[in-house]
Parts: sequence; C-alpha cells; structure tokens
Amino acid sequence: MPKWADAVLVPLISLLIAFVISGLVILAIGEDPVAAMKLMVTGALGSTYGWGYTLYYATNFIFTGLAVSIAFQAGLFNIGGEGQASLGGLGVALACLYIPWPHWSLALAGALIAAGVFGAAWAAIPAYLQAKRGSHVVITTIMFNFIASALLVYLLVNVLRPAGSMDSASARFGEALQLPSLSDILALVGIPFNNRNPANISLIIGLFACFGVWVMMWRTRLGYQLRAFGKSEKASVYAGINPVRITMYAMLISGGLSGMMAVNTVMGEAQRLILNSVEGAGFIGIAVALMGRSHPFGVLLAALLFGFLYQGGAELALWTKIPRELIVVIQALVILFTGALDNMVRRPVEAVFIMARKGKA
Amino acid sequence: MTLMKHLAAATATLALSAGMVAADPALIFDLGGKFDKSFNEAAYEGAQRWATETGGTYKELEMQSEAQREQALRRLAEAGSNPIVMTGFAFGDTLAQVAPDFPDTKFAIIDMVVDQPNVKSVVFTEEQGSYLVGMMAAMASKTGTVGFVGGMDIPLIRKFACGYAQGVKAVNPDATVIANMTGTTPAAWNDPVKGGELAKAQKAQGADVIYAAAGGTGIGVLQAAADEGILSIGVDSNQNYLHPGKVLTSMLKRVDNAVYDAFKAGTALEAGISVMDLAAGGVGYAMDENNAALVSDAMKGQIDKAAKLIGNGTLRVHDYMSDESCPALSF
Repeated sequence: MPKWADAVLVPLISLLIAFVISGLVILAIGEDPVAAMKLMVTGALGSTYGWGYTLYYATNFIFTGLAVSIAFQAGLFNIGGEGQASLGGLGVALACLYIPWPHWSLALAGALIAAGVFGAAWAAIPAYLQAKRGSHVVITTIMFNFIASALLVYLLVNVLRPAGSMDSASARFGEALQLPSLSDILALVGIPFNNRNPANISLIIGLFACFGVWVMMWRTRLGYQLRAFGKSEKASVYAGINPVRITMYAMLISGGLSGMMAVNTVMGEAQRLILNSVEGAGFIGIAVALMGRSHPFGVLLAALLFGFLYQGGAELALWTKIPRELIVVIQALVILFTGALDNMVRRPVEAVFIMARKGKA
Repeated sequence: MTLMKHLAAATATLALSAGMVAADPALIFDLGGKFDKSFNEAAYEGAQRWATETGGTYKELEMQSEAQREQALRRLAEAGSNPIVMTGFAFGDTLAQVAPDFPDTKFAIIDMVVDQPNVKSVVFTEEQGSYLVGMMAAMASKTGTVGFVGGMDIPLIRKFACGYAQGVKAVNPDATVIANMTGTTPAAWNDPVKGGELAKAQKAQGADVIYAAAGGTGIGVLQAAADEGILSIGVDSNQNYLHPGKVLTSMLKRVDNAVYDAFKAGTALEAGISVMDLAAGGVGYAMDENNAALVSDAMKGQIDKAAKLIGNGTLRVHDYMSDESCPALSF
C-alpha cells in the first residue's frame, strides 16, 4: 500500500464511516443529521469566533497528542495524559499565583517550565516503575489519573480556594498575566479575528512543539534510540541502548508535553485553576496520536479534527434538542473507527491496492 | 477559491441571521442536571410556566463540565439571548468576567451576588425555610434524633443545615442533629448512591427524619429513607410526591418564581440584589395530599405561628453565611 493511502485514505474512510453511523444515530432519535452536520460545520468553522474555539481545543489536543505519540514511538502506552495535564495545570497556577512576574512573556516561559516539570514529574513515577520494576505503564498511568484528580480536588477545596469563595477554584491570576489572544497576534499582520474566544499564543507554542518533536524524533540520536526501542526492545539493547534510560526519557518528555497543555487552558483561558480544566483532552490525545500515526504533522491534523468535533459538538448541544450524551457518542464513534477498529478499514484497503497491483502486473 | 468565498459568506450570513432571531431568554442549568427533581428542575418549571403562559420560546443549556461555563455564557450572550438566567453560585466568578463584555444583555444569577450594572442577583433566605421544616422534623421524630444530608460542603449548604438545626432545637432543645455532607466538589450534587448510604448511616445512628439539601443526590436520600421506613424532607422543589406518605414535607425554595419573574421582565430586567425571603414567598414548606396524613393540624399551627413571627421580624433565624458559624450545630 502506498504511503499516502496509509496516512490519508485510511483515516478518511474511517472518519466517513464514523460520520455515517453518527448520522444514523441522530436520525434514530428523530433529528435531521444533515442539519446537525451543517450546524457543526458552521459552528466550528463558519466564523472566526468558531475557528477561535476550534483552534483553542485543537491546541490542547496538539500537546496531548504529541505526548501520547512520543511514548507510543518508544513502545509505551501513556494513558496518563489526563493526570499529567492536571498536574501541569497545578504547576501553571502555582507559578502564576505565587511568583510576581513583571511581564506576561516571562510568566509564559515560567508557566511553561512549571507545567512541563509538574507533568513530567507525574509521569516519572510510572516510568520508573515500568523501567525498573516492570509494572505496566498502562495500569500505573491510569491509576495516576485518579490520584491526580483526587489531589487536585483536595488542593482546590482546601488550599488554593480563596477565603470566602464557595467555588472550588483558585484565585484569579493578575491582569498582567493575560496571554495575548490569537486575535491580538493576527491583528499585528492585519488579519481581523474575533476577540471573544480563548485561542491564544499557546497555539503557536503548540506548532513549535510539533516541529520540535519532529526534529527530536527524526533528526537526533535520542529520537532514533526511542524509535529503535519502540520497534524492538531486544535489538536496541543489543545495539547498546539503555532500556531504563529510554523509558524514562520517553515518559518524561511525554508527561512534560501533556503538562504544557495546561498553559493553554489554565493561563490562556480560565486565568485560574478550576476543577476538571483538562476536560478529557488527555484521553482525546490517544485518539489524536493513533489517528495521526504518531507523526507530528498527522497529530496536528488530527488535533484540528478533534478541535472541530469539540467545538461543533458544543454548538450542537447549544442549538438543537440533541442531548449532550449524543455528542459524546459521535466523538466516541470517531475514536472507535480511527483508533480501535483501524484494521477493519486498513485490511480491505490493502486488499484493494494489492488487487490493483496484480491487475497491472 | 471563489467557491470557498461563497461558502464562507453564506455561512457568515447564516450565523448572523441565527443570532438575530434568537432574542429569546435563555436558562443555563448547573452541574447536577436539568431533571434533578430539585434545584435545577425548579428552574426548569419556572421557565416552562413562562413558556406556556406567554407562548414564548427560550434556549436552555446543561453544563457538561466546570470548564464550559464561560463558553456557554458567552455563546448565549453572543447569539443575542436576553435575559440569560443561570442557576447556581458556581457561575458567579464567570459571570463577573462575562457581564461587562455584554453591557446590553441582562443576566440573572440565582444563589449568588454578582455586583454588575446588568446583573440581577437572586438570593433566598434558606435558613428561614429550613427552620420551619426543622421544627416539623423535631415534632415528627420519635427518637429525638434527626438527620441532615447536604450536597457539596459549601457555606450555602451549611446555611440550610444551620437553619434546620435551629428549628429542631426550638421544638426540642435536647434533640440531636446529625449533619453529613456528600462531598466537596460539584459532583456531590449528583451522587444519589452516596446520598442513600449517608441516609442509612444516619438511620443506624438513630435518626428517623432526614432532611436532604443536596440537589440530585437527595433522590437517593429520599429513596433510602423510604426503604428504611423513616421519614425524609425534600428540598427546593416539592418532592412530596416521590414517595407518598414517606416524605414529611419539602422545603420549598421558589427558584421557579425567580426564573419566571426574570423571563417575564425580559429585557427590562432590573439589576440589583433581590432577596426572596419567607415574607415574599421565596421559601416555605410544602403541603399536599401526599403528606397530609403526616402533618397534624397542631404541628401545622405551631409552624405557621413561627412562620408569622419570622415574617414580621420578631423571630430571627441565624444565617450561617453572615458570620460562618452556627449556634445550633457544629460542622
């Protein structure tokens, strides 16, 4: 099968099947699937306001998608993006609340570092247990998600909540720490963009992260070692690659990237730490990485798709009687077909290509 | 490229016209869900009453997670909904950020005070209503021990508990009040299983009347109380019908009236703080055929007397939120 079919055709067909089945489900509950689809498209892509939200969500998925893909390349399945991003959010909040930054740019750098360190630290324990003790990273990272959410609840309710507030959330960050929005940045080059959406400079950091991950994976020795380790642990050990070191590095980078997602949500949008600020982006990251074939460019495209689904879904919930549970169903179908049932589409497509080649020969 | 341009233009006009049409009021339900049979459902009832009376339509939205509050609020305001009513204190901080961006839109928030020129804040004197049902609980209790199950542990819910305990102690100074909270996060508004467990635990400690002020969690409390053969007290909406003959009464908090009034006022909604107290009919207790056999005329007479005294200001019920302490109950 040619490369373009693997990278583009298979995901597209999977997506199409997912949309068709979603349409049937919408039809079954007595709503118009065409109108619903139209609403999703206009809501997410029909205005710069919609684009702003789509890009905002996509930024989250870029980070978590990259995080999962790096671990995946090294043969590790990091399901802990959710917890690592929550801890990253804690890092951002602490950095923004307790350090008097003179300027947002310094605060952004500081918050990025704090988020990365907190996320990486949260991934370090499962990584160590995997590398040294052989405890499966899937189990431990998932358990760490629960620990992270319990920890955040405890801290937000008992420590970070300002006195007298009933809401389990931290205080707001200073006005000076407001990150420049996407509309501010685009205004510099003369492109008008809606300013009532949360898309912010984190998107650009996300794009740099994509490029950085590409360089690291395909242009550095560490990236080569990671990929070799993922392909075959035994062969890489024979080649002199230290498995403990690679496992730790892969998970630390992965956790750090997950954590950095929080700069977008906590500092870019909410300007305070709230419960549940990750909103499932850690898990969506898995689907994004699978769909993007663990390649930074693929992750970018898949993140945009899921950003569209998130924003379109929110619009759907807002303007139709389609219940909110159904939007989750649509998202789940996309994940199911592009991730879990990948082979269902891949095999027939492969067969078609093989037949076509035989026919030529 | 021209095709793309056409498409973009078409979608833009579509989005614009959609915004123009939707000058209807909107209602946002907080976590816990629209059909919690309690707080949010009362809001829904109020909106429905407005819709059937005026034939108008309104937008409604249920929160899926904490992080969506701002987007939901902005989106409704952006689309031209006016006024926008939201249930629950948790919107306070978000609304304080969003309201200044939409000076021409009127907002109403229930259970929280937001000081903005275009926001109407509706708060209730829950301690007064809770006091009355506390009196009734003490009169109905045979063991001298009554229970309270709260939702999320916040000052607002402690205010319910405190008023309730004061009412209980007013009838029977030796009574024991057991108070438990379901949790410390918004998830505590919708955890009927844990609510049921708490009710059973309180029964094991001797409680034979349990007051639930916990949104959707209360359904579990009422169910467990009915199963265990003890009495329960509902909250916000009239929940007497859920288990006829097993629910002593319900502390009514007329969220429905607040929503109805806001919708009715429409774009002329007046900003400021509105306190819905006992005298204004904002709070009270529910009597209907489902609990008529449980409440004797003597009980009712005594409670109505207290209600009158509270109404004219002779009897003051302590408000927990005024000083974060409660004379009748320690948390």
